[in-house]
Amino acid sequence: MTLTLFYITSAVAIFATVMMITRLNAVHGLLYLILSLLAVGVLFFLLGAHFAAVLEVIIYAGAIMVLFVFVIMMLNQGQQTIDQERAWLQPDTWIGPSLLALILFIEMLAVIVLGGNADTGHIVNAKQVGIALYGPYLLAVELASMLLLAGLVGAYHLGKPMLKMRKAGGES
Amino acid sequence: MNAGLGEAADIVGILASVIFVSAMLIWVERRLLAVWQDRLGPNRVGPLGLMQVVADMVKMFFKEDWIPPFADKPVFVLAPTIVFITMLTGFAVVPFAPGIGIIDFNFGLLYFLALSSLSVYSIVLAGYASSNKYSLLGGLRAAAQTISYEVFMGISAMGVVMLSGTFNLREIVEAQRGGWFIVPQFFGFIVFLIAVVAESRRTPLDLPEAEQELVAGFHTEYSGMKFGMFFVGEYLAITLSSAMMVTLFFGGWLGPWLPPLLWFCLKTAVGIMFFILLRGSLPRPRYDQLMAFGWKVLLPAALLNLLVTGAVVLSLRD
Repeated sequence: MTLTLFYITSAVAIFATVMMITRLNAVHGLLYLILSLLAVGVLFFLLGAHFAAVLEVIIYAGAIMVLFVFVIMMLNQGQQTIDQERAWLQPDTWIGPSLLALILFIEMLAVIVLGGNADTGHIVNAKQVGIALYGPYLLAVELASMLLLAGLVGAYHLGKPMLKMRKAGGES
Repeated sequence: MNAGLGEAADIVGILASVIFVSAMLIWVERRLLAVWQDRLGPNRVGPLGLMQVVADMVKMFFKEDWIPPFADKPVFVLAPTIVFITMLTGFAVVPFAPGIGIIDFNFGLLYFLALSSLSVYSIVLAGYASSNKYSLLGGLRAAAQTISYEVFMGISAMGVVMLSGTFNLREIVEAQRGGWFIVPQFFGFIVFLIAVVAESRRTPLDLPEAEQELVAGFHTEYSGMKFGMFFVGEYLAITLSSAMMVTLFFGGWLGPWLPPLLWFCLKTAVGIMFFILLRGSLPRPRYDQLMAFGWKVLLPAALLNLLVTGAVVLSLRD
């Protein structure tokens, strides 16, 4: 039962990702990407990682993708970007990467067929995640937080000339 | 897992009553606003004007369902359904009473946060797909507002999680047997309340639709039942938010004398009425005021609350 659901969800995820890449309209592409992320969330859920599943939806589908849509909306692209996308999406551009991805896919199939079953049904709760994060993986957590801090400072630095310009111009 | 949960009767009953309540809220809101503004409100159709909802619905069904030729059609049609579906699925984790509810999920609180963050797509995509400047502005505002207030909502609810030690909403309710969490988590509650109002885009924080500046914001181009979806979706959001506030801070179904389900409904009803009172009494802030208030006041307040709660919980444990 779980296995069937797993394969159906995987199929949805892969299909959505392919559709996302081949869409000419950026917002339609983003919608497929959101769908793909939701499918990955369901995959996590099926594997018993409920916490990761919910976080996947909250952070990726619910926050990061909203920002993507936000930016695309602000750019307000029209027909000309669609034409540009059409020009870029020639077969000779995507055949190479697709072949390379196919090799990875075949490798993965080989691994699955030759054994190495995913251990389904083991449920991880929030406490275990917390203990793991602040125990053996503490260094990684700290590094990630430093990276985020650097990003924050960088964004502030980049935004500062803008603030000054606004102040100089009187009314914002 | 709780036995007796998620049976067909539960699911159908909860779904039907939630939709019924949300539809009736149209009438409740108009009558209550009228009372607070010293008017009568809709009182012509049926006893006390109760059939006003039916009249409104009939009107909406017969209106022309128009899709503007310049709109992005598939997205335009998809957008109103998202808020409706996400809010309805959000009710799956609401613990109505012991043994009444749809699922008993270990991460119920996070599930609610996830669905409320997904519901913003409805507004953003509606704003984009309408190809209308007012709609676009509304959509942009909605995206920025919800992304910011989602953060404070999550952080403010974490105080409750610390005190109860779980994300499971049923266990959170049980953990309030000794006293409601609104007492130790008063500041958390205030932040959560403001964030919830901003998330459900209600007046005074209804900047995405702000009639006076943006015509009707994101739903300017919507008519007929598609507009109705947004409308009922908003009431669903209010009901869900009140239910969550009751669960997290007001002891859920706990209470003396009356049966648990009745307590839960009563508390939720008070919450809903409070939402309406807010709309009737507070003016709308400017957009930059809203964002500055969020990041400069609510975020530090929520973090401080989290810090103090964590310190107290740890010191009491020893």
